[in-house]
Amino acid sequence: MSKYMVNLKINNIPISVEEGTTILDAAKRLNFHIPTLCNHPDLSVAGNCRVCVVEVKGARLLAASCATPVSEGMEVFTNSEKVRIARKHVVELLLSEHNADCTKCFKNGHCELQELASEYRYGDHIFIDLVPFKQKFLDISSPSITKDTSKCIRCQRCVRTCAELQAVSALAVVHKGSHQTISTFMDKPMNDVVCTNCGQCINRCPTGALYERNYIEDVWNAIYDPNKFVVVQTAPATRVAVGEDLGLEPGHRVTGKMVAALKKMGFNKILDTDFTADLTIMEEGTELLTRLKKALVDKDETVKLPMMTSCSPGWIKFQEHMFPDLLPNLSTCKSPQQMFGSLAKTYYADKINIKAENMVVVSIMPCTAKKFECNRPEMRDSGFKDVDYVLTTRELAMMIKQAGIEFDKLEDQHYDSILGESTGAAVIFGATGGVMEAALRTAYEIVTGSEVPFANLNIKPVRGMEGVKEASIKIKNAKPEWSFLEGVEMNVAVAHGLANAKKLMEAVSSGTANYHFIEIMGCPGGCIGGGGQPIPTSPEIRRKRAEAIYAEDMGMDIRKSHENPEVVEVYKDYLGHPCGHQSHELLHTHYVERKRY
Amino acid sequence: MTNTENFVHELAEKHGRTRNALMPILQGVVARDKYLSEEAMIAVARELDLSAADVYGTATFYTFLDTVPRGKNVIRVCKTISCHMHNKDEIIKALEEQLRCKVGETTSDKKFTLLTANCLGWCHKGPVMLVNDDVYPELTTQKAIEIVQEYIRKSN
Ligand code: SF4
Ligand code: SF4
Ligand code: SF4
Ligand code: FES
Ligand code: FES
Repeated sequence: MSKYMVNLKINNIPISVEEGTTILDAAKRLNFHIPTLCNHPDLSVAGNCRVCVVEVKGARLLAASCATPVSEGMEVFTNSEKVRIARKHVVELLLSEHNADCTKCFKNGHCELQELASEYRYGDHIFIDLVPFKQKFLDISSPSITKDTSKCIRCQRCVRTCAELQAVSALAVVHKGSHQTISTFMDKPMNDVVCTNCGQCINRCPTGALYERNYIEDVWNAIYDPNKFVVVQTAPATRVAVGEDLGLEPGHRVTGKMVAALKKMGFNKILDTDFTADLTIMEEGTELLTRLKKALVDKDETVKLPMMTSCSPGWIKFQEHMFPDLLPNLSTCKSPQQMFGSLAKTYYADKINIKAENMVVVSIMPCTAKKFECNRPEMRDSGFKDVDYVLTTRELAMMIKQAGIEFDKLEDQHYDSILGESTGAAVIFGATGGVMEAALRTAYEIVTGSEVPFANLNIKPVRGMEGVKEASIKIKNAKPEWSFLEGVEMNVAVAHGLANAKKLMEAVSSGTANYHFIEIMGCPGGCIGGGGQPIPTSPEIRRKRAEAIYAEDMGMDIRKSHENPEVVEVYKDYLGHPCGHQSHELLHTHYVERKRY
Repeated sequence: MTNTENFVHELAEKHGRTRNALMPILQGVVARDKYLSEEAMIAVARELDLSAADVYGTATFYTFLDTVPRGKNVIRVCKTISCHMHNKDEIIKALEEQLRCKVGETTSDKKFTLLTANCLGWCHKGPVMLVNDDVYPELTTQKAIEIVQEYIRKSN
């Protein structure tokens, strides 16, 4: 059934749009830009900032275009005198209580409020400057998230993000009127509340009120220190996104340029988290098969199914707070970033003859939760802090600019070896469903000796942006040692964004779900939509990044983790076999129960 | 379960566990304890499967849902324009002297907290004050002191 169409005029131009469309979206179709602050394509409508006001003929008051649906015969003006004055006043009122020290602000140049202020070229303020009367509060308690209330315009995008997308609600609107702030329970420091460090609120904050704790200076210092050997690893999702902060359109694959830039910046070795993503598949795949055997054959009741992936540290912390009863279901595998760190400071340091204490491991991650993860006390299995600094994709882009590198003119370069080789299975870790697909490509082949029964190895049912995805694979012609799996229908589920994860966990808790294996990524879209990725984000931008990830996979010579020659070698040389003794020492971890309240 | 948890549990049994039970439950706690302690807010969040921050946000929105400890009797003198023009400042001064505590404070014996409030809807009979849930209109400094003395007598 086609929807009812509504006819209206915007700035005297007729247009016909579906019933229920907002004035804002209708205007966008005619290429009229209306500024917004509280509106965000991923969130429910709030209508609280009023910067998007428009004039509707015959109406006494101006209408918030993001919150007003079109109606038949409506005549809208987006730039009338009344609108211009109102919009100017709205922004001016925001600025009258805004600590606008842009030159010191982390969001300088990436701020929606600053952009509006620059469009309107405000002179002397017409309203009383309230900044001196406001209590400033800078929260640097968290290793991931910095919160500065003096920059907050109370648009509540963060509150809606944390509630609607992440089902955490660590942030809420507290107090009222001129005392209203965005805060936590009892105004506690961010590090002491249920926050998962996912950074999704940062991705949607229009100002410098929320941003990542940044380690840019620490990393430069390490690079300039002649006594330090600085090794950098790059996560899968960074290579399809960093270009966005360097002038390229979303969806550009810039792997080779990113490697070249890192070399120019002075890192000693440019290595790849994709290598340890492949290693994760070996460990996690083996762990899954072992769990299945213990549960199905040995009837071992202590073994918990479904097994759940553990590469997303935002998801891990969520589970520690919200579903501690299900912690035994989590794979004990460390995230690929941490596997990299512990191997770099042991196996790799030995190989290249560098003392681990002189090695600095830097991670480039699409993620803010990984900043917290690398500071967990468990993550020191090499005898040192396994990963020293985590930079977001955004921080990397800033450093590339600081270094004066013209990114788009760079010639592609290759990762260094060893710990630089990877497969298509590893790069798809960056998109929701990717870990599941990579694991199935390998596990199915271990069990049956043949490739997964999907055209071109592309396991389409676990791909895409559906919140919760399900798939089943029937195991046929299992090898003798896996005969207990013959004919078994492997049920898997994939969720991304913690609100979707919560739904799935409730189903698992209540016993209504019958899965063997579950992949969860804390961020919407998976790591491509991570809290450390370039801003802005939207469903459209995430879709383009995901497409780029799958294109990268198709472009790889090897597309199954167990065929990564460096992975084969590390087992032969050092680790023995997957889930063996050495792996347990270096590549696996445990979890701690945390309080929800 | 602690005493507070038990009490909140009973309130939830009575009012239900949907989001719109939040207000009556919070009011129930305040009616007994005079304020919402951290423990009480956590207990409410747990009963209703809400985040603690959400409960705190709601509590701090409402002036009458206090989140800091209050005395046994809470006095709120209206500070809005009509009462202001009817000398609410005099009333406050008298009460401060009588109770030996300032606006916003609680007496050392924890029997009274002295606060101001926005318009209480009794503008035609200002100045006005609330003691707990009881309204006292058309105050004079003398009257206000007598009312407080009456509460002191009752609580002895
Ligand atoms: S939040 Fe934006 S407007 Fe405010 S100081 Fe930072 S850059 Fe400037
Ligand atoms: S980092 Fe994630 S969990 Fe923490 S406040 Fe932001 S959105 Fe909520
Ligand atoms: S912290 Fe940012 S997103 Fe949250 S209300 Fe303030 S300005 Fe908006
Ligand atoms: S963008 Fe429309 S009210 Fe904020
Ligand atoms: S102004 Fe005091 S009751 Fe209205």
